[in-house]
Amino acid sequence: MENSTLQDITSSIESKFPDCTISTDNYGMTNIVCSRESIIDLVGHLKDDLGFGFLTDICGAHYPLIENQEFQVVYHLHNLYKNIRLRLKVNLATVDLAIPTMVALFPAANWMERETFDFYGIQFEGHPDLRRILNMDDMDYHPLRKEYALEDETRSDKKDSFFGR
Amino acid sequence: MSELKINQNGQLTSLDTVDGEIATLNLGPTHPATHGIFQNILKVDGERIISAEPTVGYIHRAFEKLAERRPYQQVTPITDRLNYCSSPINNMGWHMTVEKLIGAEIPKRVDYMRVIVMELARIADHLVCNSVIGVDTGALTGFTYVFQEREKIYDLFEEICGARLTTNVGRIGGFDRDFSPVFLQKLDKFLKEFHIIFDDFTNLLERNRIFMDRVIGAGPITGERALSYGFTGPNLRAAGVDYDVRVINPYCSYQDFEFDVPIGKDGDTYDRFLVRQEEIRQSLRIIHQAKDNIPAGNYHGDVPSFFLPPKEEVYRSMEALIYHFKITMGETPIPAGEVYHSVEGANGELGYYLVSDGGRTPYRLHFRRPCFIYYQAYPEMIKGSVLSDAILTMSSMNVIAGELDA
Repeated sequence: MENSTLQDITSSIESKFPDCTISTDNYGMTNIVCSRESIIDLVGHLKDDLGFGFLTDICGAHYPLIENQEFQVVYHLHNLYKNIRLRLKVNLATVDLAIPTMVALFPAANWMERETFDFYGIQFEGHPDLRRILNMDDMDYHPLRKEYALEDETRSDKKDSFFGR
Repeated sequence: MSELKINQNGQLTSLDTVDGEIATLNLGPTHPATHGIFQNILKVDGERIISAEPTVGYIHRAFEKLAERRPYQQVTPITDRLNYCSSPINNMGWHMTVEKLIGAEIPKRVDYMRVIVMELARIADHLVCNSVIGVDTGALTGFTYVFQEREKIYDLFEEICGARLTTNVGRIGGFDRDFSPVFLQKLDKFLKEFHIIFDDFTNLLERNRIFMDRVIGAGPITGERALSYGFTGPNLRAAGVDYDVRVINPYCSYQDFEFDVPIGKDGDTYDRFLVRQEEIRQSLRIIHQAKDNIPAGNYHGDVPSFFLPPKEEVYRSMEALIYHFKITMGETPIPAGEVYHSVEGANGELGYYLVSDGGRTPYRLHFRRPCFIYYQAYPEMIKGSVLSDAILTMSSMNVIAGELDA
């Protein structure tokens, strides 16, 4: 399967994981949105059968206005044989931020997941050592969430509405 | 090297243990041998390392949060402070990310200018790393040789943008000014003279029996493990995997240049040293080609909404004044969307994941920092080795605290 093209890859995913939504954005990147139940199987399939043996990055994102999908975990995978990149996304609701860990598949995921936990509070289930990594241990909130404004909230000179948006 | 065994009490000890007593040693947070602020709690049995527990985050500056409050051009100075040994690569990686988002067309001349500056930065970064490997083995002389050359590279940066270390060089769309004749003169002089000093440095270390005995076999990693740990850049290539972003995903017209990608075999300190040595030579090759073939044209792309107009224009023309105001107030139209762009930083794949919602600042910006990702393999690489090898492994991995902590 190492000679597969992007077309083969997406059709293979579509047949095996019908709940995934595959789309290509304006910048030529293939985005796959999948559920947290299937993410491990999907990444395992991509890694073992389709040559995506390199985990480029894991990060989180917070979209507080999208109901029941407030949080997103974004994975970037790279097929180094065919030079194809994929972006996988898993949406999570604020009430339940659990998602299975990727450490068994990629040891590199260890610190990336710790970082995502640190900044967004995503609970990676089965992670060997889910502690804060960049912030101090006794911090009691997850600072990259949008509810924590960077500056004094009474300050109005930087509001987007004053700039024609 | 890794001769560890489990004794009758179930404890991990080394074969040549004296009394089986395990000591805890704090390497860092501030320690002259770590070249940056991060802590390693080592469990040692005599000289042998039983386990290591790295702690990072001592200079965490919340760049990803800061970026969410800054207009696009104001993010450039914070990228300086990621890998501060090669700031221009970070700056230009960011500019190219934004250019990808807005779909700007950049003239060939800008690409070539960027390549020259980025390869100079790569040389400076590799010089630091390799000479410091020498220092950590006790060979200080080579360090004093090449740091003079590094100063000359900083002089070149100063000539381009006025700054030396945290350069903030270039703009979204190109450069703020063209290369000056003085710069080109200085560059010629540098290219003429650099190899003399660099050859001296090479002769001091590369085939030096004492140095080789010291670094061969220190902190090895296999290509497979390196890939699974997310290694990129010289450290991955030293382990025998020929992954280089410049070749596999050419950005900035890298496809125009002829250069080789050196790879190692064992992934140990010596291979990492050799790969960086060869990359310095290849970077020089690229700079020569770029300098000789630099096309005529403008030093910036036609992106009036991002590239500040010349100051004289601002005083004279209405349009320029409007653009000047819009850019500095962060009022320029930006498409919504997400991009991932990566460049070959001095330490590996430096990626920018940018989400824009059309607002004046990035909605989300994530830096893929190569150091942060490969440093987690450090405990595995030094387990069972002696303490002095652990120091060498760290300096040869070129862990930069700024990039580690973001």
